[in-house]
Amino acid sequence: MATFTLPKNSTITEGKRHPAPSGSKNVKAFKIYRWDPDSGDNPRTDTYEIDLDQCGPMVLDALIKIKNEVDSTLTFRRSCREGICGSCSMNIDGLNTLACLKPIEDVKGDVKISPLPHMPVVKDLVPDLSQIYAQLRSVEPWLKSDTPPPPDAERLQSKEERSKLDGLWECILCFCCTTACPSYWWNGDRYLGPAVLLQAYRWIADSRDEATGERLDALEDPFKLYRCHTIMNCARTCPKGLNPAQAIGEIKQLLAARQG
Amino acid sequence: MSHTTSGQPPRQATLRSPLGRVRGMGSAKSGAHHWWMQRVTSIALLPLTIWFILSLATSAGMTHAEVLLWIGQPFNVVLLLALIGLTFHHTASGLQVIIEDYTNQEWLKIGLVLAVKGICWLLGIAAALAVLRIAV
Repeated sequence: MATFTLPKNSTITEGKRHPAPSGSKNVKAFKIYRWDPDSGDNPRTDTYEIDLDQCGPMVLDALIKIKNEVDSTLTFRRSCREGICGSCSMNIDGLNTLACLKPIEDVKGDVKISPLPHMPVVKDLVPDLSQIYAQLRSVEPWLKSDTPPPPDAERLQSKEERSKLDGLWECILCFCCTTACPSYWWNGDRYLGPAVLLQAYRWIADSRDEATGERLDALEDPFKLYRCHTIMNCARTCPKGLNPAQAIGEIKQLLAARQG
Repeated sequence: MSHTTSGQPPRQATLRSPLGRVRGMGSAKSGAHHWWMQRVTSIALLPLTIWFILSLATSAGMTHAEVLLWIGQPFNVVLLLALIGLTFHHTASGLQVIIEDYTNQEWLKIGLVLAVKGICWLLGIAAALAVLRIAV
């Protein structure tokens, strides 16, 4: 059966407390999940008190400040700091989102931060996403066409055809949605998850792609696709405001439509 | 040895490449029919269930003989049999999805799905027989 309790070596213990410098007026506590594979210890929650008057507005600003000024061992992924690279996805205040797009002032009380749920942890806030990357690779997210492109021009689309990709191309593969999906938690070894299915639909919906039937064949599976039960956590958590559940619904409709 | 935030065992206890594991045995090339029938049966059950509940409500106070007469009318027999068939079909396919969601061992999954389907079949046949014995 699905496992509902944490094994002993995953139970989270109370960690260190790093108080704010004396004289700070606008203090906010950040409670951050820490786990070091080399120590052999259980994961713990460290508390960092930060003076918000000396810190940028976003949660990522606070994480960078902690790493620079308080505790250089804190490990997390980040790159563009403006919501386009998808590196700093993590669970903040109970919701998966991008640390760089999440204003600190939106969080009431302490800011609780943990890695994306249900992924193997590499260290601290860094999850191992190799399984999801492999799932993305498995839907072959690139243009497949037997017709050669026009010799001196790109492949053309009408405005209507192009508009079908809106709400799909914006996905930055942060995997907030996939790791927020209970169906993915229970059956992630076989279910492809919302992010990968949205990517699959992005190519099914592309008028220039000639492999639609092949793509639908590969998805028609009780586990790869039909574990989606329209729970809608994906749409609720997406930091880019996309709706993966709708893309999955479109795939299901196409599969029903081609039955006759 | 890594661990997950939710306590499930790490997924990398094998040397097979992630892509090899994900591709696995490929697609079952089925599932669309099951999904579509779940939708069709649930929509069909909406009017049938409303009709059945309204009939039960209006039959309050009927005598046993009057109820037998009501069940025996051809219109009611047809709708009752449809209600029985669709209800048990819908129940079996819905429970199958729940079992597939939450059971990890393959033998347990197959056993439970077969048991649910068998029980639904038997209950459906028994209910249909009850109606037909009154009607025919």
